[in-house]
This record gives sequence, structure tokens and C-alpha cells, in this order.
Amino acid sequence: MLEIKNLHVSVGDKPILKGLTLSIQAGQVHAIMGPNGSGKSTLSYVLAGRAGYDITEGSITYDGQDLTALAPEERAAKGVFLAMQYPVEIPGVTTMTFLKTALNSQRRARGESDLDALGVLKLVRAKAKTLNVSEEMLKRALNVGFSGGEKKRLEILQMAIFEPKLAILDETDSGLDIDALRLVAEGVNTLRSPARAMLVITHYQRLLDYIVPDRIHVLAGGRIVAEGGKELALELEAKGYEHIVKEPA
Amino acid sequence: MSIAAETKSQVAEIGEKYKYGFITDIEMDMAPKGLSEDTVRFISAKKSEPDWMLEWRLGAFRRWLTMTEPKWARVHYPKIDYQAAYYYAAPKNTPLKQSLDEVDPKLLETYNKLGIPLHEQMALAGVAVDAVFDSVSVATTFKEKLNEAGVIFCPISEAIRDHPELVKTYLGSVVPVTDNFFATLNAAVFSDGTFVYVPKGVRCPMELSTYFRINASETGQFERTLIIADEGSYVSYLEGCTAPKRDENQLHAAVVELIALDNAEIKYSTVQNWYPGDENGLGGIFNFVTKRGDCRGRRSKISWTQVETGSAITWKYPSCILRGDDSVGEFYSIAIANNFQQADTGTKMIHLGANTRSRIISKGISAGKAQNTYRGLVSVYGKAKNARNYTQCDSLLIGGDCGAHTVPYIESRNPTARIEHEATTSKIAEDQLFYCLARGIPQDEAVSLIVNGFCREVLQQLPMEFAVEAQKLVGISLEGSVG
Repeated sequence: MLEIKNLHVSVGDKPILKGLTLSIQAGQVHAIMGPNGSGKSTLSYVLAGRAGYDITEGSITYDGQDLTALAPEERAAKGVFLAMQYPVEIPGVTTMTFLKTALNSQRRARGESDLDALGVLKLVRAKAKTLNVSEEMLKRALNVGFSGGEKKRLEILQMAIFEPKLAILDETDSGLDIDALRLVAEGVNTLRSPARAMLVITHYQRLLDYIVPDRIHVLAGGRIVAEGGKELALELEAKGYEHIVKEPA
Repeated sequence: MSIAAETKSQVAEIGEKYKYGFITDIEMDMAPKGLSEDTVRFISAKKSEPDWMLEWRLGAFRRWLTMTEPKWARVHYPKIDYQAAYYYAAPKNTPLKQSLDEVDPKLLETYNKLGIPLHEQMALAGVAVDAVFDSVSVATTFKEKLNEAGVIFCPISEAIRDHPELVKTYLGSVVPVTDNFFATLNAAVFSDGTFVYVPKGVRCPMELSTYFRINASETGQFERTLIIADEGSYVSYLEGCTAPKRDENQLHAAVVELIALDNAEIKYSTVQNWYPGDENGLGGIFNFVTKRGDCRGRRSKISWTQVETGSAITWKYPSCILRGDDSVGEFYSIAIANNFQQADTGTKMIHLGANTRSRIISKGISAGKAQNTYRGLVSVYGKAKNARNYTQCDSLLIGGDCGAHTVPYIESRNPTARIEHEATTSKIAEDQLFYCLARGIPQDEAVSLIVNGFCREVLQQLPMEFAVEAQKLVGISLEGSVG
């Protein structure tokens, strides 16, 4: 599903990713762990196509095509979804309007017909229920005045609505209490599917208690420095990043 | 389909940025070029006006000769040659029509292109349109239904002939002949416009609407609108404006006067989409307009809502004189300036009566190399005890080459008055755009979505059927503004 080879990325003149290689098959959930400043968020933005992140070397292949040749909105339409660490507020635009606009933009880009207002409403309501997203939240302006937990739930709701092929979750656990974390994790787990790949980016091991990954990669200094099964998370928790990061040197 | 998406497909369909940029080829009846007493007499004669009206015009013209163009607005334009324009242009062979069947089919085609549903659609929409084609009103629909209610809705030229007492009483009573350079010019040469009178206790049974359109080349359009809401009455009026695409600038100097008597309410909405000029600032309408409402009666209310997306230059301050005790004035504005457009717009709230209240919500959006100024005056006179004003001015910048300016003037001569002013300036943030893109929303649609959100409070004030059109316009006006 996703094949990243020797990826080098700079922001301005500053190299952030320095030869990252990673591959995820459909149906798998991979986790990327790493200390602050290791390049985790840069990786997520590069995959989503944010401007200002220059790929200086390497390649990203998604579903058999060169992902870097696609504009961000084209990536979304082709099934790439990024649940953001800091969801953005858009004053005056209700959450429902935003969801409808986004969903129909993606459908149109795929040559599908628009879903009418009622169709969107039905779809959103059905998905919202399981994530404890209230009607009232859908009527409020997008993310404006939302609590940290509400914002993250809305990100997962969007993932459920758009049904992406590749979902990247950037620090979805940050700012969540344990109940909110559990709710979000359940939402993610129900979306696990043989046709879908997920990349869970996190600083802490605790999210991985709830979303159990098939494979864990440790990112440090812009490179993958260690890889392993789910037990790697426990080792990191016990020994800290320093231990692992230093080992290969 | 989302508003933004409709906007996009609509523009794609039309295949050009300014969809109203067509010219109707109809033989025109024109006044000789230039401006003199003869021009004024010519116009008055064409309209078969009574002597008192001609005298009124001539008085205005003589006054105008002594006046100079105002220079205080933050707008820059080459000197206007008032002798180089035509002051009267009417489609030939169009005496007043009794029904639509008599109207030149070419004109109707024009209206169809403009999207004005003159026929059966009007019944469904519940809108009566007094369509002004250049200088002559050619078709008025729904007259009968309005007649039943006692509402007078007709071209002002007709009102001058048929309702001289009303016109004599109210014309120039809100915007005096001597008011300002452009208003005085209008008084001398206005060619037509709309007249509305709503009698005592009558709630006007439908939204009234006029579409103005400048068609003939090198023609100034000087329409004059007079709306009187008698005691306890209510009327909602909407004007929409478009003009064809031309390289030269055209002058539009309108005057609108509103009078609300005791317990009466007037809601006046404008969607202004005159040709703004091209991407390089060539052409476009000079829109120098004087609009003023007089809350003459107690507990009267006047509410202005405007969506200004067109014109090369906009100079416009729809205002309220809050004369009656407990009267209310409102001003809701969206002003969008893109490319080389310049907008200097705002309002004046003049509190004369006790317990008068006013509310100003202004949303200015600047893109390209445009300059957008909010200029507003809140003035509380000595007798206006307990007067209240709330003002909110928000500016949104798109790109780094445009400007937003807020110039509020506040005067209070009564210690019990309470005046609040809030202002914000923001940019469309890169992270907002990226968030939309990452959810699959293309750039132009994302801008339209964010800007429509920014304007929401004002858009909500528009009558439903026009709010949709306004939302589309917001999108079209800002296409390609983020590069």
C-alpha cells in the first residue's frame, strides 16, 4: 500500500528526514514512535502533501503510483487521510457543512456523483453515534470551542466517513484523558480492515495498549533506527528512547 | 452540491470570470454627449416631467457647478471628464409597457442571462421585479397583487407623474439636493429608479426587487430610489446590480432615500456585482452612491444589508438617521475587493432621538492588490439619551499585496450613551487552507468556504433566495486569489 524509500525532506534549509525507509501492506497497522523533534510530524505532513516540505531525495509510492506527484486534495480523493495532531478551527463553517463539502469534493474527484444533504446527514449521523459525537457538535463551527477530546473524536469521525485506504494518525493520543483515549482507540479499531493500512504516530506507548500494531518503527534523527513487533513498545517504555537510539551507533 | 462546488461548476460552464460581461445590441435613444442645462432639460422632457421637477433638477445642476469632487476617501482614480459621458440612454421605441409580451425579446433574453426570472418563476419565488434597463423601466410585474395591498411599486418617473404629492413631500428629504457632489449630480440628471410607498399598517406581501443594469457604452447611470414606509408598515427590498465588461470606466452615481414613519420597518438588501475591471485594473464601474435612511418615526427601524463584490471603485455609506425615539438602525456589510479593486465603504449612524440603538457588522475581505477601507461614523447628539451602538469590524486578508483599513469616527454629546467598537484583522491561515486541502477540498473552494464562514453573520441577514446567490458570488469574486 505504502512504500517509502530513502526519503530525505528539508524544511527551509534544514534537513529533517534523512533517509527514511518504510513499507506498509494493506490490512496492517504500523506504529511510528520517537522522541520529540525526530521528524514524526514532518513525515505525516509529507505524506499528506503540505507545502513547505521539500523532498530532496528518495521516493514515496502509494497504491502503485508516485504519491509526491499528487496535490493534497488529489491524495485525499485517492484515499490518503491524515488525522491531525492540531485540528484547525474554521469560524462560521459548521462541522456538518465542512463534512459535506469535503465528502462531495472527494466523490467528485473520483467521478462519483454528489451525495445530497439528506444522504450526507444519514451517513454522518450513523458514524457519529458510535464515536459519541453529538448533533450539537455537528452544528457548531468546525473545531471552534471544541475540547481536545472533541477535536480528536471529530478527526476519527472524518476517517470513518471518508473510509480512506491509508490512514495516518498523528499523535491522536495527545491531550486525551484515558476515557477519551479509549473511545478514540475503539473508533480506530473498528476501522481496521484487510483493505486499509494505518500508520499510527505517537510519542507514548500507552496508545499502543489500545491500538495494537503489527509492527513498530522507531524514528530518531530523521531515520528509522529500530524496528520490531508490538513488544518493542514495552521495551521503549521500560528503557527510554535514549537506549535504543544510541544502540545502532 | 455545496455552494462552493456550485460556484465552481457555474464558472466553468460560463467559461469566463465575469459572467455578466455581455452587451445587448439594441438601438438606443441617447441624449447628446456631455452635461449642461440642456442635458437636464432633455432628460426632463423625455420623461414628460412637470415643471416643478424640472426646476428641482435645474436647481441641483446649478448647485453642482459650484461643487468639487470629494477627495477624502482612500480611493485613487483618474480625473473623471463629466463632459465625455452620455447622461441619458434608453432603448428606442419603448413607450411604457403594459405586459411582458410587449417587451423587446432581446431585452428579455438579457434578463434571462442575468438570471432574473421574470415570468412564472417569479410567482414561485414571491418576488416582484421592477427591471431597469439603463434608464427606462420596461416591465413591472406583480403590480396587481401589490395594488390590492395598496402598495405603490413603480418607476420613479411614473411616480413623479402619478403621485406628485408623495414625491414632493419626500424626494430630497433624506438626501438633500445639496448633500454632496455625486448626490447633487444625481438630482440634476437622474433618469429613472424605483419608487415604493407602503401605506399605514400594511405588511408588504412580497419581497420587492429591482435589478439595475448598465448596458450602453460610455453611459453614466444615475438611478434614484425612494422608499416610504408609512406608520406601522413593513417592506423588504432587494437590489441586484450587474454591468457588462468594458475597457473604459463607467460612472454610477445613485441616490437611495428611505423613510420609516412611526413603528415602520424597512429592510434594504443589496447584492452589488458591477463589473470590477480586469486582473490588471483596466475598466470597471466607479460606484459613487449615496444611500440614507431616515427613521423619522418613533420605534421605526431601518436595516441595510450589502454584499459588495463588484465595481472598480466603491464609495458608499448606507446610513441611518435615528430621529424618532426608540428607533433602530442596522448595517450589515460584506465588502470584497480583489485584483485592483478599491472599496471605501461603511455607514453613518446618527443618533438624534432618545433610546435609539444601532448595530454595525462589517466584514471586509481584501485579495490581490486591492485596498479595502471601512469608514464609519457613530454620532450621538445631546438629546439622544441612552443611545446605544455596537460596532464590529472584521477584516480578512488574502495574500500579501492587499490592504485593509478601518477608520471609525465616534462622537458623543450625551453622557448616557454607550458605544462599543470591536475590530479584528486576520489572514486566511495556511493551516486552515491545508486542513481543507487534506480533506479533499480544492483550493478555490476552500477559500470560498472559509470566506463564507467569515461572512456568515451578514449572509444570514439576506433574504433566503438571495443568500445563496451571494454565497456563490463570494466564491467567484475570489477565484484564483490564493496562488
